[in-house]
Amino acid sequence: MARIVVNQDLVTSPDELMKLCPFGAMEWDNEYLTINAACKMCQICVKKGPEGVFTCEIDQEVAAIDKSKWRGIAVYVDHLEGDIHPVSLELVGKAKEMAKKINHPVYCIFMGQNIKDKANELLGYGVDDVFVYDDPELKHFRIEPYTAVMEDFINKVKPTIVLVGATSIGRSLAPRVAARFRTGLTADCTILDVEENTDLAQIRPAFGGNIMAHIFTPNNRPQFATVRYKVFSAPEVDCNAKGKVTICDIAKDKLASQIKVLEVKMKPKVESIEDAEVIVVAGSAVKKQQDLELIKQLAEKLGGMMAVTRPLIEAGMADPRLQIGLSGRTVKPKLIITCGVAGAIQFVAGMDKAEYIVAINIDENAPIFNVAHYAIIGDIHEVVPKLINKLEENASAPKFVC
Amino acid sequence: MEIIVCIKQVPGTSEVEVDPETGVLKREGIDSKMNPYDLYALETAMRIKEETGAKVGVISMGPPQASVIIEEAFMMGADQGILLSDRKFAGADVLATSYTISQGIKALGNPDIIICGKQTTDGDTAQVGPEVAEFIGIPHIANVRQIVEVKDKSIVVEMDMAHTVEIAEMQYPCLITVEKEVGQPRLPSFRLKLATKGRNIPMMSLNDFKDKDENNYGLNGSPTRVLRIFSPEANTDRETWRGSSDELAQKLARKLQELKFV
Repeated sequence: MARIVVNQDLVTSPDELMKLCPFGAMEWDNEYLTINAACKMCQICVKKGPEGVFTCEIDQEVAAIDKSKWRGIAVYVDHLEGDIHPVSLELVGKAKEMAKKINHPVYCIFMGQNIKDKANELLGYGVDDVFVYDDPELKHFRIEPYTAVMEDFINKVKPTIVLVGATSIGRSLAPRVAARFRTGLTADCTILDVEENTDLAQIRPAFGGNIMAHIFTPNNRPQFATVRYKVFSAPEVDCNAKGKVTICDIAKDKLASQIKVLEVKMKPKVESIEDAEVIVVAGSAVKKQQDLELIKQLAEKLGGMMAVTRPLIEAGMADPRLQIGLSGRTVKPKLIITCGVAGAIQFVAGMDKAEYIVAINIDENAPIFNVAHYAIIGDIHEVVPKLINKLEENASAPKFVC
Repeated sequence: MEIIVCIKQVPGTSEVEVDPETGVLKREGIDSKMNPYDLYALETAMRIKEETGAKVGVISMGPPQASVIIEEAFMMGADQGILLSDRKFAGADVLATSYTISQGIKALGNPDIIICGKQTTDGDTAQVGPEVAEFIGIPHIANVRQIVEVKDKSIVVEMDMAHTVEIAEMQYPCLITVEKEVGQPRLPSFRLKLATKGRNIPMMSLNDFKDKDENNYGLNGSPTRVLRIFSPEANTDRETWRGSSDELAQKLARKLQELKFV
């Protein structure tokens, strides 16, 4: 059992020492400083505290596993009736990059019904081997058969790393499989890298996103990580791909399920600015309905939504559900472009967590620029329509297809 | 029918900062509350209770002070509650946490339905529910946004997928994790508040579990390790662009392409 041991003789200022613990796991009873069940074994007290006061004691060392028995980086292929989710391709890109570093192959695990023909598509992205499980029982995502297939694949192939997109399916499947193999899983990684000894460096925001944590899985295989859509980049299509497709069989009884899917309904597009990954905001500089239309057009060009500030709501120009700010909604999109927004505190508080903040305003002293990553000093009535034109020009340029 | 709801105490604020010089977390008070998503899980359980007369128990894992959220669950209508608390559980990652909770649930009995919130606000992983189901050996459905029907031997739910909504029927025993759409959580009732006063919250430690092997709990039972924590790079370097509207539009279009938004 690992635990933190306090050397009571060295405890001189307990109040100072207690501040070391981010989890409030230390208690002082005027005589002894003790560690309670809130301890997360982060060992910050050991690392940051005065020498010798805190030590970490581990009773027994666990035997080290043979990591060389696990080879290859596998990607779970998420799809809807064969249409592959782009997050899976992005993960293939990351898998290739890491596999190259440790000279391992890249695998895909692709399961469903009538998907065999689609497997070749994956080879174009440079996958070495696509393992296909094609069975009517796999038509719908149901946890038991899907987990059984993952288990079968992992036992057969023994990949050292399994990457899963953080989709509805991935977030349900990855933990289930990780638990079956009694191994680690790190959710929503934003940075992934691999060490020479095949340990996966998993970096993700912790504690609500203000702090990053580097997590690793030192003595268990396979190593599981989920990654959200649009974090990595899909690889270029290579017309001379040399990979192969392996069709796998699994015993029917392993595909039994207590779940019956009764109905599948396509979702109507629900529009909520909180869910939008891209938001274009119209501020008080937008005075006319036709200017608002331009903002909306820009939002649509970027596959996002339009939002507004309070003055526009007060002027009755937009639906109150589109308002950002303390009196409206709080948003955290990947990209937010504010157009003619001054940047009142109540507005900024509702959007300053966005990943990229682009602000366009004619007044270079506008407070919005304090939070912007790209401060564009210009007139929205000119810049916005020109930007829309540029985006249209670029979109019509021919793309390379093989 | 028996229902168990898994709940967790989380920090009251997500505004945690790290001292850039020492790398130590700056803690602003020890303000804490019930994980907001768990309120929806409790609400779901209460609605099933009203319909079927099911008995609702809550289970949590944490330090002794976490018993306040179990009291809160009583005030919402939970019948029983237990806190899993032991220093030997310290340092548990997702796997060890899920295993500990599954052992606690097994020690309590055989619930027909286990309900979890979608995720916690401190970990944000949404992984504990499915892992608990795996350790207990029962099926699960995540992202449940509506309970369609509670039958004698099964439950019909609506699950939220990326592009579809699926209606599925699952046999008991089973586990579901619920989304906010299941219904607005009720407020604690005054009558139950009075009844809860002074009520004992039982605690369970490793000794009460069937599996007493210390290697399966806490840091020992955790395959993952936190190597270090650090502040994300601050966005202090702001780019300011000036120029004609043509230049600005051109530059922004290129930047949006570079950042893969087009």
